[in-house]
Amino acid sequence: MLKEQNIIELRDICVSFDGEQVLNNLNLSIRNGEFVTLLGRSGCGKTTTLRIIAGFLEPDAGDILFDSNRMNGVPPYERPVNTIFQRYALFPHYNVYDNIAFGPRVRKVPEKEIKQQVTEMLKFVNLQGFEKRSVNLLSGGQQQRVAIARALINRPQVLLLDEPLAALDLKLRKDMQNELRNLQRQLGITFIYVTHDQEEALSMSDTVVVMNEGRVEQIGTPLEIYNEPINAFVADFIGEANILDGTMNNDYRVNFSGHDFQCLDKGFKPGEEVDIVVRPEDVDIVPPEEGMLIGEVTSVTFRGVLFEIIVDIGGFKWMIQTTDYHETGHRVGLSVLPDAIHVMRKSKYSGLYGDFSSYSDEIDQLSELTEDE
Amino acid sequence: MKHTNRRSLRTGLLNGPYLLWSAIFIVVPLFMIAYYAFTDSSGAFTWENIRMLTLYKETFAISLWYSLLATVITFIISFPFAYFMSRRSASAQRMMTLLIMLPMWMNLLIRTYSWMNILERNGIINNILGLIGLEPLKMIGTGGAVVLGMVYNYIPYMIIPIYTILVKMDPALLEAAEDLGASFLVKLRRIILPLSLPGILSGIIMVFVPSISTFYISQKLGGGKIMLIGDVIDRQIQTAYNYNLGASLSLVLMVFILLSMALLNRAGKDDNEDEGVMLI
Repeated sequence: MLKEQNIIELRDICVSFDGEQVLNNLNLSIRNGEFVTLLGRSGCGKTTTLRIIAGFLEPDAGDILFDSNRMNGVPPYERPVNTIFQRYALFPHYNVYDNIAFGPRVRKVPEKEIKQQVTEMLKFVNLQGFEKRSVNLLSGGQQQRVAIARALINRPQVLLLDEPLAALDLKLRKDMQNELRNLQRQLGITFIYVTHDQEEALSMSDTVVVMNEGRVEQIGTPLEIYNEPINAFVADFIGEANILDGTMNNDYRVNFSGHDFQCLDKGFKPGEEVDIVVRPEDVDIVPPEEGMLIGEVTSVTFRGVLFEIIVDIGGFKWMIQTTDYHETGHRVGLSVLPDAIHVMRKSKYSGLYGDFSSYSDEIDQLSELTEDE
Repeated sequence: MKHTNRRSLRTGLLNGPYLLWSAIFIVVPLFMIAYYAFTDSSGAFTWENIRMLTLYKETFAISLWYSLLATVITFIISFPFAYFMSRRSASAQRMMTLLIMLPMWMNLLIRTYSWMNILERNGIINNILGLIGLEPLKMIGTGGAVVLGMVYNYIPYMIIPIYTILVKMDPALLEAAEDLGASFLVKLRRIILPLSLPGILSGIIMVFVPSISTFYISQKLGGGKIMLIGDVIDRQIQTAYNYNLGASLSLVLMVFILLSMALLNRAGKDDNEDEGVMLI
């Protein structure tokens, strides 16, 4: 099959549990050979979407297509997909070998061939010599590998991964992220990965699907999602963002915080109300007389690589990430260059995500607490 | 060193009452049974009681056959039932558990009497058959009635342990099996059954042991025609006042039950190396 061709399509999928709409007219196309991540908070419908693709759940309405063939009603064991479950779901009464051999045994592959395949898989996931080991005695990372081997031995066209790294500690998670990414490149098959961790999504995927309340908010490459979020929800969910109300003057000219800025966006009506996203790392702090905006530093937090500085500009608290230290109470200027500004149309999320005043409140509360002690 | 001593002393004191209890109510009676089994009415040692057992070969065989039959039937009914139950909503599960336990709040005697009423020659079933012009059936006094009584009385002890295991089984395991190509039957054979083995084994023991030693069910539903080993023991002790023969029969029954439990336990361990199986 050609790359770029859609291997899976979901059309107008609706699912509700106990009267609560979980997926709401979801449409999604997944290209062959891609690493696609479904990203969203818990309850956004990402796992439900995965379960519909796997066949564990039938949608109330809508079609699922694999290679343009309708798959509704086809049981999981007849679909060319395999799943890595959140807690791996290894069979506790089988050892490593028997777990991996489960798929081929069900398909009645001759035992001799199975042995060869399992040995190959064990080598592939770096678990040679673990054949007879009970899966209950393996570490989280090793269990993960067994789960991967158990799935891949069936040569699925699509591998579904349901938050597979959630149970691992941070260090191991980073290693496994790289491993999974390399695995996908090596195999060239489609991975559909579910996570709530935006950093994980950005660093691993070819395509990120941002979901919220049973709908797809935005589909794009990690860079597109980060640099050109479609609305305030995506901007706020992916990374940190200063989200301001603005007005488009003309193409490439926008007004916010009482100042006119140059920007790279066009195609809006003159005078249209818009949402503005400025990423904290794209703003420079300059002496007040050079700044486009002038404000007062209200808090500084050291984050290791950089400082997170909250600057109050006319009552709106900006977050700025910089390697330079600025003292609380100082007046500073902000320089916002055209490529730092991203203009979005107003959406139902406008106004929900504002400035960082609650953020600095939290810091204040924390410092009060430490003073009390 | 001193610390450990004090600790072991404390454990000893805490265990004391239980040890005393077990000694008085378990160990001593066991020795008494053994003593009676190997003595005659004057208290002299004898093999006679053991030799007499050969007279009851058939009774043993029938008891074994009926209790095995009851256990198998109970299992065949209970497993699908427990599985069905474990897939329902939480409130439905609570309701069903309650319904299963409800008859157990009534005394075994009353439950068995009710079955007599149902199965008797002039009982409920035959009355209904008569109403629609059919010949009455003979049910009381048949092996079927006795086995029915066993199944009816002991089925909760099979359903509950199997259900307890099935309801705790991670649904992701079943989905994983399905995902790897297993149809329902393969799933049942390779995942559900092996993983519920501990529950099945306790269920088997809890049905088989009371079934093989029952006397009340066979007396009432067997209509005096069917004698099980429990009836013989009951009669030796209550009617014939032959404590010695009663004791030797009990001893053999006990040894037999212990042996079959050990056997089952072994079978369970072979399949499930990591966890031993708790029986009873």
